[in-house]
Amino acid sequence: MEVYSTGYTAETERFGKEMESSTKKIIPGFGLTFGITVTFLGLLVILPLSYIVIYTLKLSPERFFQVIFSKRVVTSFALSLSSALIATLVNTVMGVVIAFVLVRYEFPGKRIMDALIEIPFALPTSVAGISLTALYGERGVMGKLYSHLGISVAYTRLGIIIALTFVSIPYVVRSVEPVLNNLDHSIEEAAGSMGASRSLIFRRVIFPEIAPAVFSGAALSFGRCLGEYGSVVFIAGNMPYKTEIVPIIIMSRLQEFNYSEASAIAFVMLIFSFMILFISNIVSSHNIKIKAGIR
Amino acid sequence: MRRKLSLLLLTSILMSLVLTGCGFNRDKDGNTTSERVTLINVSYDPTRELYESYNRYFERKWKKSTGQSLDVIQSHGGSGKQALEVANGLKADVVTLALAYDTDSIAKSGLIASDWQKRLPDNSCPYYSTIVFLVRKGNPKHIRDWDDLVRPDVSVLTPNPKTSGGARWNYLAAYAYALEKYDNDSTKVFGFMRDLYRNVSVLDSGARASTTSFTENGQGDVLICWENEAYLTEKNDKGDYQIIYPSVSVKAETPVSIVDSVVKSHGTKKIAENYLKGLYDERAQEICARNYYRPSDQRVLDKYKKYFPTDFKMVTIDDFGGWEKVAKKHFSNGGIFDRIYS
Amino acid sequence: MKEKGNSKAIKWLLIIISAVFLFIMVIMPLFTVISGALQKGLGFYIGAITDKYTLKALILTIKAAFASVIVTSIFGLIAAWAVTRYSFPGKKIIKSIIDIPVTISPVICGMIFLLLFGRQGFIYPLLDKVGIDVIFAVPGIIIVTVFVTLPMVFREIVPVLEARGTQEEEAAAMMGADGWTIFRRVTFPSVKWPFIYGIILSASRAMGEFGAVSVISGHLRGLTNTLPLHIEILFNEFNTTEAFAVSSILVILSIALMLLRLLLQQYSSRKRT
Repeated sequence: MEVYSTGYTAETERFGKEMESSTKKIIPGFGLTFGITVTFLGLLVILPLSYIVIYTLKLSPERFFQVIFSKRVVTSFALSLSSALIATLVNTVMGVVIAFVLVRYEFPGKRIMDALIEIPFALPTSVAGISLTALYGERGVMGKLYSHLGISVAYTRLGIIIALTFVSIPYVVRSVEPVLNNLDHSIEEAAGSMGASRSLIFRRVIFPEIAPAVFSGAALSFGRCLGEYGSVVFIAGNMPYKTEIVPIIIMSRLQEFNYSEASAIAFVMLIFSFMILFISNIVSSHNIKIKAGIR
Repeated sequence: MRRKLSLLLLTSILMSLVLTGCGFNRDKDGNTTSERVTLINVSYDPTRELYESYNRYFERKWKKSTGQSLDVIQSHGGSGKQALEVANGLKADVVTLALAYDTDSIAKSGLIASDWQKRLPDNSCPYYSTIVFLVRKGNPKHIRDWDDLVRPDVSVLTPNPKTSGGARWNYLAAYAYALEKYDNDSTKVFGFMRDLYRNVSVLDSGARASTTSFTENGQGDVLICWENEAYLTEKNDKGDYQIIYPSVSVKAETPVSIVDSVVKSHGTKKIAENYLKGLYDERAQEICARNYYRPSDQRVLDKYKKYFPTDFKMVTIDDFGGWEKVAKKHFSNGGIFDRIYS
Repeated sequence: MKEKGNSKAIKWLLIIISAVFLFIMVIMPLFTVISGALQKGLGFYIGAITDKYTLKALILTIKAAFASVIVTSIFGLIAAWAVTRYSFPGKKIIKSIIDIPVTISPVICGMIFLLLFGRQGFIYPLLDKVGIDVIFAVPGIIIVTVFVTLPMVFREIVPVLEARGTQEEEAAAMMGADGWTIFRRVTFPSVKWPFIYGIILSASRAMGEFGAVSVISGHLRGLTNTLPLHIEILFNEFNTTEAFAVSSILVILSIALMLLRLLLQQYSSRKRT
């Protein structure tokens, strides 16, 4: 769902600038719409969110750091970050390949492939969770396949990575596709006619063009993986130190009525989420500036 | 249009108010006299099947004696988690949790009278259970007693005692065994518990999730679980599993109570009290026994005694000095359980 | 000639890699749901999806989705209008705030409302006096669902409005049209399609939301159980077949919504060209 707007932060910058210079609130209705927007956001987003801060502040600074740097929490952050990173890397590589296939090639079943990409977004996470657990559990088709190889998937890190990979398949594909579509073929052809190899063309011509889109898709996918709960909780089995990702540890703190500690962990998690968003915004706006400069 | 919109909003808010607040017909004691009543029973994990049959029985009985159509709504989950949700605003009329400590924690928040456990017979426990092992067919790992669970080749399943009541009983049963075996030597007992939990491969948040991990997903060699849960699993998958009674276990008392402040505001005090008292009926006791809970009525227990062996040592919570002490020593932050995991 | 054969080989290699990846990662899980649901025959399947609690959960899920569609579409239009039609300081901040619900973990989304409306918060006594249950009751589920879907319509409309600029609205305003007329006649027609996609996206997200709702639901069977929660409950009750049967309802609904969106997108882009 988010992918449709990957471009928007970047585009926004440019059009925003143009607009701001020309508009001087000629159009009526500013007070009303602005007021409603701000009130609504204040009540529904800012007020509830501020509770994380309020509850975090109930802890003394020492206790806060004790909670955050306790071995179990640090381990879960490491697990969440590394699993999200691996899933994102897989999907970045596969996403570029699939986007390339969808844009450049004609083949039977292409429309179906295109629609399949959407399914991880459409499918509720709990459904994804139980079906992946059944599929990769010791009785499932894939689970049996893996156990022949001596690997168990359900209730291990691998299970978490598979669940995260599933939920974040569409991000990179959908952000790279439009860029690849608009790419000028003539440069590639020129490079080709000058005898450049295909891998060279990809590295030197295509990749630099799609890199920002790849990056912003990957950032969104990483963010989603970091926060994912529904699909992982079924397949992970929340073993402390082994398969306990951050959202699961927050959930169990809530169930233990330990609201301040839950808030403290959530607070750190929020910082991570905002950092990802921030970096990806900077990269995309930076990229727009470069492009604008060339033009 | 703006006015229309706000009108629409206002009506919808009013509508929802009316919908949530309806049913204010009360008799002089404040009990609801509506034709349709709902009662919310917040329970722990494995009682699903028990209350499914008991609710059917009680709803029929209530309709016959009062003419009111009763609809009992269930919620199941880890006992500790359920208790905290009730304490945090989940409007349960009755709580039927896995251990007195959880009901006490609701009482502490002021929603239940503090003498709740004296209000019904047998410490408010219409049924109780014990902790057993469930192993795979033929017992391939030769598990006989708690000792076998700390063997390095055995993988154990038990839920998280911080969120699950059953898990606390599991923990205490193991602890009771260790105390006896190591003659109260606290270092050795701690070592035993650490070895045991080192062998735990999945630590789910509730007893049922743990059973699912064991059966549906093939995790672990042995599941430490409620006796009733073990029987239910054994019945569901004929021949795939077998039950092992260890030499030492606990008498797991699972008391019930009404939630005073909720029944007062819902006007359901009379129904809720009758609902819980009804659990002590001979018919209800039979329902408990048939769902493999040990009935408090000795006659019914005797009738079903082939399911409920007694040839092992069953310690009680009082042997540990009561829940208050146990919770503080074992399950509080920085308690023994936390130390096992750090 | 060799070059060409080589390129063809690469083409099919890439297609096969993509197809295998999608087969394992997407088709197999979908197939698992369907085969799981029909494992005990069609009669059992129909019994499972027409079960009393399943239907109640379905109704609640639809209610929540409906509420979230109404709120997000009204809010999305108003906020998108405010953000794109006027210039004011702090616009970027407002946009980032609107994005928060899709940026943060669903667990945190549920948690903040638990903290806000829970018994230890200051709002609870007020609500309790009036006799309104929010937390662990239907209103709480609706509020959380609205929260997680809040940006859906907004995010679809904003890029389109920004790309269009404000000249047309300005011209209309100069000619004396009031705000509502401008919105109705000029702005809305241009964002009609993205508006519809946004609605579909928020409906589908609302139906599938699990983590956030799970925190605040209390899991009261037949009362505060949405379909995704009901699936979890069935799964935990050893009723795997029923869990998959109920899942299949969500799968059908969400795939239908997805296909509807794809079709509309194709239809609208064809209309434009």
